[in-house]
Amino acid sequence: MAEEMVVHGLEWTTKELFVYPNEFIYWSIQIVMYPYMTGLVAGAFVLSSLYHVFGQQDLKELARFSLVFSLALLPVAALPLLLHLQQPLRAANPLLTPHFTSAIAAFGIVFSTYGMIVISEIWFVYRRFIVEQATALTGQTGVATTMKRALYRTLTLGAYDLSETALTKDKKAVKLLAGIGIPVACFLHGYAGFIFGSVKANALWMSPLMPVIFIMSAVVSGIALCMLTYIVIMKWHQFRQRSSHADAATAIGGAELEVINKAARYLLGFLVAAISLELLDLIFRGYTAMKSWDILRSVMYGKDFVNIFVLQYGLGNLVPFFLLLLPRRTIGKTVVALLLVLYGVFMMRWNVVIGGQAFSLSFAGYMHYHLPIIPHNLETYREGLLGALTVAVMPFILFWGINRILPSLRYR
Amino acid sequence: MASTRRKFLQGSLAGIVTAVIPLSAFRFLSPDQARAAVGEADTRWVFLVDTHKCVGCGLCVAACKRENEIPYEVPVTRTWVERYVVTKDGATHIDSPLGGRDGFVSERVAGQEIDPASISKAFFVPKLCNQCENPACVQVCPVGATYQTRDGVVLVDRSWCIGCGYCIMACPYGVRFFHPVHKVAEKCNFCYHRISQGLTTACVQACPFGARRIGNLKDQDDPVTQTIMTTRVAVLKDEYGTKPQVFYIGLDNEVR
Repeated sequence: MAEEMVVHGLEWTTKELFVYPNEFIYWSIQIVMYPYMTGLVAGAFVLSSLYHVFGQQDLKELARFSLVFSLALLPVAALPLLLHLQQPLRAANPLLTPHFTSAIAAFGIVFSTYGMIVISEIWFVYRRFIVEQATALTGQTGVATTMKRALYRTLTLGAYDLSETALTKDKKAVKLLAGIGIPVACFLHGYAGFIFGSVKANALWMSPLMPVIFIMSAVVSGIALCMLTYIVIMKWHQFRQRSSHADAATAIGGAELEVINKAARYLLGFLVAAISLELLDLIFRGYTAMKSWDILRSVMYGKDFVNIFVLQYGLGNLVPFFLLLLPRRTIGKTVVALLLVLYGVFMMRWNVVIGGQAFSLSFAGYMHYHLPIIPHNLETYREGLLGALTVAVMPFILFWGINRILPSLRYR
Repeated sequence: MASTRRKFLQGSLAGIVTAVIPLSAFRFLSPDQARAAVGEADTRWVFLVDTHKCVGCGLCVAACKRENEIPYEVPVTRTWVERYVVTKDGATHIDSPLGGRDGFVSERVAGQEIDPASISKAFFVPKLCNQCENPACVQVCPVGATYQTRDGVVLVDRSWCIGCGYCIMACPYGVRFFHPVHKVAEKCNFCYHRISQGLTTACVQACPFGARRIGNLKDQDDPVTQTIMTTRVAVLKDEYGTKPQVFYIGLDNEVR
């Protein structure tokens, strides 16, 4: 029994001045990862919808890729929650007895609705490809081929009609699903913001702006990750081509550059919206100076100054903003900017989740979070650096798997 | 093809209608209607703390830990006692080592030596769950594992709690924590297993000075109710709208 006995949070929390005895950093790194991952899902989907719904032709290449990527990210959005629960085996309880006054109760419902929309949209986008594969593989022999054929045949769901009318209907369905998907994606993520924004006990979290701030930064991070992955994959492919045929193209071509430029413009737009809202929130808190402002100010301008103003706003927002805005942008500079944007959004999540627990409910003391690096038990793995990295690499593994069945990038 | 689809739609419609008709026999009740249907309880448990009487011996904390099987050596606790020392320079020094379990035997407050001559006032404040009338923790529980009983006490179902920690975050008083052994949300429940059997709580029983009392607000003859009705009492952090039901005599502005 002595081994099992772990005071949750004691391991990574240190207290300063007066903190209530039961207060610890209960929501740690995985709760930072959760809005970060759902944000990426929502952002990737919105990016793909810009083409499917609003007909932004220059995003066509990126649209298909980001749609599939958002499917790869989707299961990973739930993973941090599972790793965070003290009773992970009861993870289905919110679906069995949803208590709807709780913001968390609807997670399973919103999440699965969104999942179904993404999966159906992908099915319509890829239906032609699936049918073509199933037909092409017919009559061939070999264990792998048979399995592949069976897979594609299952994926057709019996709909082999590739007539002009059928394909037009597919396109319509994609447009409709992408259209429904945007509000649902925003809801999925705005809702993550609501989970925090509605906690009236927490002076930093409680704000009606929280859901909107979360959506804006979600789109920013989603676009950034899609662009980054797109560039990396394209580069990698060129590298491979170059090693096989010496005469192949040596740099990212004009078409790819055009896609990246266009996406970068959207990224900047959402970035400006996100920063404006965050600053509005900050100014409002300072101006109204409620009871909690004293302690909030000491955290924001004192203890967390580097995290918030240097790393999040400076390195994560301002530097990439100028990198993307200034003329003579190169792929190299874009990659640096995208990495910084992703880092900035991560720091924003960190400063909200961890920063919200950096001060005591007593307003008379502070708590400091020490991320467990080397795990020595299950808890320090799940809620430590390794647990977060597990979550972070998962979408890429899933994407690799899905991409083998439904290739989402055409290489030139 | 068209006729099959029509049949399918007709069949679905018929199916939905057949399914919905028996459902319409059920009625959705608002929590108030449900409460009215069950009837009003004749008990509303409340707590009364007289801070003037508390000497910070910590016997209540120790008794609570033993009674409610909260591991003795860990810092988490269902109830605790805070020490406030206000010095003449206007500074407030607060501490609660191990929740005050072993009593405040050291004159050092939060590890700081304070000159007795510089003290303008000092006092102890016992804390426990406020069994709020409008509990934020119950509102945010995604599975309904924490709930309010008819007599006003907020309980946790250990077999259903998923351990998400949302209730811990939602409580403005910091009374909740994860049970170190059961790995679910844990909190003071006014020793519900005792008070529902006609006993008093472990902390009330352990307090040698009568600083802690429990009573039934719906019983006009209850001495605790009479004190709450006739004396100037205050509650903690009423700005959160939780309507806390632990009343304090002699509550100071410095109390957090």
